[in-house]
Amino acid sequence: MLKRSFGKTKYIPVPHDTQPFRPSRPGQAVCPQCSSSTSEEELQQNAKVCPVCRHHFPMYAPERLDWIAQPGTFQEWDADLDSYNPLEFPGYDEKLSEAQEKTGLKEAIITGQARVQGYEVALGIMDSRFLMGSMGSVVGEKVCLAIERAMELRLPFITFAVAGGARMQEGMLSLMQMAKTSAALQRFHEQGLLYISVMTHPTVGGVPASFAGLGDIIIGEPGALIGFTGPRVIQQTLGQRLPERFQRAEFQLEHGMLDLVVDRAEMPVVIGQLLRLHLGGNHG
Amino acid sequence: MVKRQFDYEDKYENIQDKIKELVELSGSLDFDLSGEIKYLESKLQAIREIKYQNLTPWEKVLLARHAERPTTIQYIEGICDEWIELHGDRMYGDDQAVVGGIGTFNGMPVTVLGHQRGKDTNENIKRNFGMPHPEGYRKVQRLLNQAEKFGRPVLTFIDTQGAYPGAGAEERGQPLAIAQDLMLLSGLKVPIISTVIGEGGSGGALALGVCDRLIMLSNSVFSVASAETCASILTKDVNRAEDMAEALKLTAKDLKELDIIDEIVPEPVGGAHTDPGETIALVKEAIARNLYEVMENGGDLAEQRYRRLRAMGRFNTK
Ligand SMILES: [Zn+2]
Repeated sequence: MLKRSFGKTKYIPVPHDTQPFRPSRPGQAVCPQCSSSTSEEELQQNAKVCPVCRHHFPMYAPERLDWIAQPGTFQEWDADLDSYNPLEFPGYDEKLSEAQEKTGLKEAIITGQARVQGYEVALGIMDSRFLMGSMGSVVGEKVCLAIERAMELRLPFITFAVAGGARMQEGMLSLMQMAKTSAALQRFHEQGLLYISVMTHPTVGGVPASFAGLGDIIIGEPGALIGFTGPRVIQQTLGQRLPERFQRAEFQLEHGMLDLVVDRAEMPVVIGQLLRLHLGGNHG
Repeated sequence: MVKRQFDYEDKYENIQDKIKELVELSGSLDFDLSGEIKYLESKLQAIREIKYQNLTPWEKVLLARHAERPTTIQYIEGICDEWIELHGDRMYGDDQAVVGGIGTFNGMPVTVLGHQRGKDTNENIKRNFGMPHPEGYRKVQRLLNQAEKFGRPVLTFIDTQGAYPGAGAEERGQPLAIAQDLMLLSGLKVPIISTVIGEGGSGGALALGVCDRLIMLSNSVFSVASAETCASILTKDVNRAEDMAEALKLTAKDLKELDIIDEIVPEPVGGAHTDPGETIALVKEAIARNLYEVMENGGDLAEQRYRRLRAMGRFNTK
């Protein structure tokens, strides 16, 4: 499992938010936590986790899909959904096309059906490069459509969330996606179907306060920042000093918000186990 | 510079004072200016009315936050024949930034809920400026479950800058508490009518706003994030809040055009705080009309609520 490759996705080192960025030699990535240098190739083979200290580097949606889904089993849903600028918000069109160009994605989430550890599941995978993984109309709609299709097909639903804040450029249309996705999950849960929500670094704002916060099982990736208001805003607005590792996944596990913190390398196995434990229930 | 004062009101007051002086002066000089004074007064009234029909989004934000604006408890007391407040989430505490209880609305038992801010510093400290902690949202859940059990319609009042952005709130699961509110509201079989009476800020406001009919007072606002937050994040300049208020489309009129709300209740000239009695009567009338309509239409309310939410969002399908 650890030796799985990531396909051809190019790895780009991204600075850890609390550490200064150090440029690395070509083909090498420097861990922002322990400063050890790892070859890109080795990092790819290690699920983009530092082999020395287990620091989790950001994993983008296409890489995540390769990591979690069995090769060749993914069928994408609603790939044609595309954002426009409904409020004619200044600068939004430019930001959208920039993000699309940079990522090769149409929006901040990929949804579809795939096989994970031998089980058919519905998947939603967010990408932090796309406007910080914020939820606008398209993300909300794709999550709802995925939930509705999972209900039709009686599939478990798994999401990998990453969200740095609100999609302000869509105003209230964006806020209402919180209500919309939560309402879809209300129906999904009523049918006795399984929803596993994985929160990765960072998952803050409307996403954990809606669909990602409504999993039967909620898992955090090690070190992931998880909360409603980010620590910088709390410190700025209230002048409160925050404990070290505040809102990190381990902190949230201690405070009862998460079921598990799972190392990315173990994630497929743990998800496989959870899927197996729900077999013979209401699925398939 | 961002405008913070109601400077137009100061000017009107100034003119009003001048007219008063004129009245006194003409009286002392035995001059009959009553016709002219009457004209000036009606002119001033007309100018004021036009002003209030054409407030900028930012002026509405300021008015929505006006310290004297009627708060949730005033609305509950004004529209219910009687009511009893119920406290606590049965888990952690009683969040005073959210009030809830049971009342009778035109004789019918209803569950009432709302954000509660204060009007002065002391009350605001007690009410945490109307910004709830998770225990507030869990009190909401408890009272919503009661409403469902006893088949009582739910009336909610939205008036908060947002959920409290503090360490304790985060330690006790602020995002999950909000998410659970949203999900619970979406599935209730009883009717839910929500009214934005002041500022509706972000997910912390929406947690009381998943409903069958969403009503807004004409000077209230509802936004994904405050204009100041948007300005500081998107433009790195808080002084651009005025522009952001415009861009965010956060006024009742904008949100009606976006099909996010159902009805706008016009406030008296000068804003809700200048005539709370009249404002509350108008809100009561709007709630009654919407509630009875929803009840008469009947059917599967949770299904209809889902369809309503499902239609929200704007995107291309190429
Ligand atoms: Zn390391």
